[in-house]
Parts: sequence; structure tokens; C-alpha cells
Amino acid sequence: MTTLPVPLRGEVALRGLHKSFALEGRSIPILTNFDLTIRGGESLAIVGASGAGKTTLLRILAGLETADTGDILIDGEPAGGLGSACAVIFQEPRLLPWLTVLRNVAFGLEARGTAPATARERAGRYLRLVGLAGFEEAYPRQLSGGMAQRVGIARALTTQPEILLLDEPFGALDAMTKLAMQEELVRIWREENVTMVTVTHDLEEAVFLADRVLVLSRNRTQAPRLIDVSLPRPRERTSSAFVALRQELMAEFGLH
Amino acid sequence: MTYEALPRDFSGLLKPRADRPLILLRPLAILRRLAMRFGALAAFLALWQTASTLGWVSPAILPGIDKVAAALWTGLFEGTLAGDMAISLQRAGLAFLAAVGLGIPLGLLMGQLEPIERALDPILQLFRQTSALALYPIFILLFGLGEMSKVFVIFWATVFPILLATIGGVKEVDPKLVEMARSYGANQLTVFRRVILPASIPAIFVGLRLAATTALLLLIAAEMIGARSGLGFQVMNAEYNFQIPLMFAAIVLLALLGLAANALLLGLQRRLCRWNERIV
Repeated sequence: MTTLPVPLRGEVALRGLHKSFALEGRSIPILTNFDLTIRGGESLAIVGASGAGKTTLLRILAGLETADTGDILIDGEPAGGLGSACAVIFQEPRLLPWLTVLRNVAFGLEARGTAPATARERAGRYLRLVGLAGFEEAYPRQLSGGMAQRVGIARALTTQPEILLLDEPFGALDAMTKLAMQEELVRIWREENVTMVTVTHDLEEAVFLADRVLVLSRNRTQAPRLIDVSLPRPRERTSSAFVALRQELMAEFGLH
Repeated sequence: MTYEALPRDFSGLLKPRADRPLILLRPLAILRRLAMRFGALAAFLALWQTASTLGWVSPAILPGIDKVAAALWTGLFEGTLAGDMAISLQRAGLAFLAAVGLGIPLGLLMGQLEPIERALDPILQLFRQTSALALYPIFILLFGLGEMSKVFVIFWATVFPILLATIGGVKEVDPKLVEMARSYGANQLTVFRRVILPASIPAIFVGLRLAATTALLLLIAAEMIGARSGLGFQVMNAEYNFQIPLMFAAIVLLALLGLAANALLLGLQRRLCRWNERIV
């Protein structure tokens, strides 16, 4: 398959977002007059130096933090955050150690008030999707890092979000596992027809996952750059077009 | 599709070691395990018996284990020891339950609400540092020499370990887990019920087990000072009347009571925290 999935759902627009943090009495601006449109069904990666505001942006989208000013519009309608339309996948799996894998996956739905029986039935389906059938009754401490992160992904998918927000999802995994998980994520994204926003500091990961890459600069007078990644899928990490795009991204950070 | 290597046989991964039946071990191995576990205890009992029989310590002061066992038997079935144990259990049990009933809910509240904790902390620290035994005379003046003052002094000493352990447990809950639950739209009550409470249980049990030990300690002290029944009273009374085997029998019962309380709490904790491999 080389065609992109048809975007089923609407777009998310950020308009004139401002966010600053107070540090030792001073106000540190993180985002100033920030605009972005996330297209339905796309995979967007956000890269940038640390302190450039990538994680803050993701947390505002998730509703875990609020912008000082500015609007979030879903299909043109103002919204405080994405709410139940989104699910967050954190760098750490953040599983509840006292729940079995199946019950961890069901937790996201149950937290929203879905009946446990229904939640667990759906959880079982998504556990199979991430390749962890047979691990339903295992406890988190018995899982490897990659397996635990799969459980976290299944938990997010079980809530059937329109947008998956991923905050350096594979940053804590070893190199081999990371590559496998990236391929897995692209497969899931295509199968589930979900919009995906991934914050990462790994430029190769950004090129592999994304349709578009947003480059945030720590210099806030410089407008964020959006780079189109029009490579066919499945993507070859060693193809010349892939390497060229990665180099273009590195040049954004003054690296060669 | 690329997967990281998953183990083919999941059963070994999922089955805790403790579940393996003992019968599969060879008799020699069982013997060695028993020796490792109870060897020191057996040696202690043997030393006790020898010291008494050979007269290293006067048998009048240190009666042999056989004499103590006999005194325990007659004390339980013909004497007052069974009744003493019942009344002691009632005192310590009532106080412990009251301490649990106050300590855990208050601790859960204080652990979550910073202003309440800050407002109550100074007075709690003052109360905690004031020995319950030093306050016993006051409790006697307030509640009389009956059951109430004894239960209250034990309650006073046991509520603090439970309260402080609960507060600590709640404050130690990983904020990342709380944030995760919130990101799924969990409300305050759901976060409390599904994240904060289960995460605090191991810490609460540390407090409960500490409190159980304290309860027995205070029970004995209170019964030695102002009681006419109970195991603590019996230890003192038997000594006055120079019924040394009976005294030892009461002490043995107290030790067994402590072991039983600890085993009960440990069993409960294992049931509630099956996910946690390391409970000692």
C-alpha cells in the first residue's frame, strides 16, 4: 500500500497561541503567537531543541496545560483542549503496577466511565493489535520496556481517539526496539486511520513517521518551519530521498 | 511485521516462584530448607532447655520448656489464661480498629490536601512525640480505671504510625500516574479510587504492621500498671506469686499473639498487593 489513508475526521487549528512560564520571578515565553493546522488523518512530527516548546505544545493540545491566550479550534469550533478526542502516549509507559496488562489497557476507557466488561472486551482487541495477545494476565513488572510501551499504546487506542499525541514515545527504548516500534506505530496509524502528532528529538524518527515535520526553534522571532515529507510508504531509511530529507532537517539545526 | 523477541513459553514468565509445589523438591532439599529457616530457633530452644536442666540458670528462675508448656496447658484449660487472652485481644483489637478507622481516612485526606496537612502537622507532631505512657495517668483521670482508659492509651500510640504512613504513602504516589489518569478524563474520585488508594496500600501496611507491634507493647504496659486481668497483668501477677512457669506461659502467649497479628496483616497485604513481588 502506498496511498495515504483517507482523513476521516476534521482538522485541528491552533490560532495565536501564547504560553509562558514563570521562572524566578521572570516570565519565560515558550510559545508566542503560534499558529498551526493539524490535518485530519495526517502524521505530524514536532522536532526542536530542548526548551523550544515541543512538549508544552503537546501538553496544551492534550489539555494538561492551558495556553495563556489563543484558541484551539476543532473543525472551526473553539475548544479548550482536545479532551476525549485525543489520547496521550508518554515517554514512560505509565502503567498501573497493580493492574494486569488487560486491565491497564481497559483503564483509559474505564476512567471515562465505560462499563468494565465493555472496556475489557475492547482492550483485548487492541492488545492483539499491538501483538501482545497472551499477556492479558501479566503484570507490568513482568514486561520489557518495549512491551510495556505497547501496552501504553493499546491503552490509548482503546479509547478510539481521533488524535494520538505522542511525547517522545520511544525515547527510553534501546535502538533495535525503537526501530521495530516505529514500524509498528506506522502500521497501527494506517490501520486505525487516526491523526498522529509525535514530539521527538530523533530526526530520523520524524522523517520515518511523519507526513509533515514541524521544526520549532528556540529563537522565538523565527517562525516555525513546516517541512513536507512526501516519501512513499513503506519508507526505506537508507534510500537517498530519505537521507536527503534527514540532512535537510539537520541543516535546520545547523548540523551536517 | 517486526516484533522484538518475545518468549515463546509465557507460563514460566507469569508463574511466581512461590507457586511451585514443595513436593517437587527432594526430601533432602526440604530438610535443608527447614534447617536454614528454623535452625537458629531450634538452637535457641535447645539452649534454653539445657540451661535449665543442667542448672546453668536456676530452674526456679528459668523453668524448662516442658514446665512452661505444662503451665501453658493448665493455664489455658483450667486457669484464667484463656480469659486473660480474650480480654487482652479485646483491648488491643478495639484500639487498633479505632486507630485504623481514624488514621487511614485522615491520612488519605491529609496526604492529598496540603493546607489541611500544614494546619494539623504541628499539633500532630506534638501529640506524637508525647509518650502515650506518660499520658496514661491523664487518661485514667479522664476515663477512670476501666476499659476505656486502657483502650485509649493503646489507640493513642497506634494511631500515629498508621496516620503518618498513610500520609507518606499518598504523598509518594507517582504524579505521572495521576497525570496519566487525568489525561484520560478521570475525575477526582476516579483518580483517588483507581490510582492514589491502590498506590498507597503498601505504605499503609507498613504503618499497620508497626502499629500492631506498638499496640501489643502498650497493651502489656497498660495492663501491668492498672489492670486486674489480661496477659500483661498475668505476667506481673505470676511473678509476684512466684508462679514462674505461669509467667513464662503468659509471655509465650504474648509472643504468639504478636506473631499471629503480623502474619494476619502480612497475609492480607499479600492478598491486596499480589502485583507486588517483594513483600517482606
